[in-house]
Amino acid sequence: MLAPEEWGIVALSLKVGGVAVLATLPIAFALAWILARHRFPGRVVLDALVHLPLVLPPVVTGWLLLIAFGPFGPVGRWLESWFGVSLMFRWTGAALAAAIMALPLMVRAMRLSIEGIDRRLEGAARTLGASPWHSFWTISLPLALPGVLAALVLGFARSIGEFGATITFVSNIPGETRTLPLAIYSALQVPGGETMVTRLALLSVALSLGALVLSEWLVRRTHGERQRHGD
Amino acid sequence: MAIDIDVAKRRGERTIAARFTAGPGLTALFGPSGVGKTSILNMVAGLLKPDRGHIRIGERTLFDGAVDLPPEARRVGYVFQDGRLFPHRRVRANLTYGFDLADPGNRWMSFDEAVAFLGIGDLLDRWPHSLSGGEAQRVAIGRSLLAAPEILLMDEPLSSLDAARRGDIMPVIERIRDELKLPILYVSHDRAEVDRLATSVVAIGE
Repeated sequence: MLAPEEWGIVALSLKVGGVAVLATLPIAFALAWILARHRFPGRVVLDALVHLPLVLPPVVTGWLLLIAFGPFGPVGRWLESWFGVSLMFRWTGAALAAAIMALPLMVRAMRLSIEGIDRRLEGAARTLGASPWHSFWTISLPLALPGVLAALVLGFARSIGEFGATITFVSNIPGETRTLPLAIYSALQVPGGETMVTRLALLSVALSLGALVLSEWLVRRTHGERQRHGD
Repeated sequence: MAIDIDVAKRRGERTIAARFTAGPGLTALFGPSGVGKTSILNMVAGLLKPDRGHIRIGERTLFDGAVDLPPEARRVGYVFQDGRLFPHRRVRANLTYGFDLADPGNRWMSFDEAVAFLGIGDLLDRWPHSLSGGEAQRVAIGRSLLAAPEILLMDEPLSSLDAARRGDIMPVIERIRDELKLPILYVSHDRAEVDRLATSVVAIGE
């Protein structure tokens, strides 16, 4: 049904999106927790920084990544000399761009559900003998789970749709950084590429819908079970 | 076991202060709403830090100038006004939460004993949101008893219940007082409730 080239594009998109979202998840959760629970000087600045990729033109985000992670950039030079790693023109760079773009959406989704937790339940857990960590793992985190799942889906959808920052940062290299949106863009540039565009566009729709259905199912499983069994 | 409490805490414009000793039985902290009775319980439980004073249970110091035990180390059970059951755990898992965390050497009631004592055997597989107010309060009491406390704090545990349910729960509280012989600090603003349940009364006023 799919040509090997199309399979390659889909596989690359899933890899980039999956790695981006899973690597971002702990960082985004920590940021969401800090922003939801703590008051400290510089909180507004942190909040603004987290949201920046949401409001900046993606090309600008890509350009900033290029400056930071390029061979002469502060982070890029450090990565190169210590680990011999370069993200330039690599799928890992595409994953980084996708992660940065997904971060604000993931933080927002989880922050909302963390703010929704009744903190008095954590106090009750403490009086029953739970340390702060035990209370976090057994009470706070499970109660925040619907938000974590929503963040995973939103972040994944944002990641596999990423275009501007990716093409600016890691260019459009077949088999390495050419994810679905970049492939659609490339096909549009080729005379007679309309069939390819249509097929890739339909694939995009299928992937996004799949993610949505999966998340709906997960949320129902974790959240709705209580309701079902209760009644 | 003597409970020796002398605490003060500034909250905004006013100061919440209390000094009393409580012996065995049920000690009612009685007074109008809004004088900080719940804050006093929170200080005993370790959820609120006093500005000064001390809290001792028998030989153990929970709080003074040098000591400030975290709530999980105090062995102070707490039954809240609203039950405060964990919504993502069934009744059984709510009951075992503190039991599993307690030092086995400190436990003085088994799971089956608590279930029988409170008559909640039929509720074990239910989710908290499906319980009535009276059922939820029974489970909340069981949950705190199973965590092996040395004293029990109760913050208006009847106030969210209708008259019939109160009649169900009152004997449970009396049996905790008389059969289990667990010292209880009991916050209430209801005269009739205090008259029926209290061994001694501490008036908390302005």
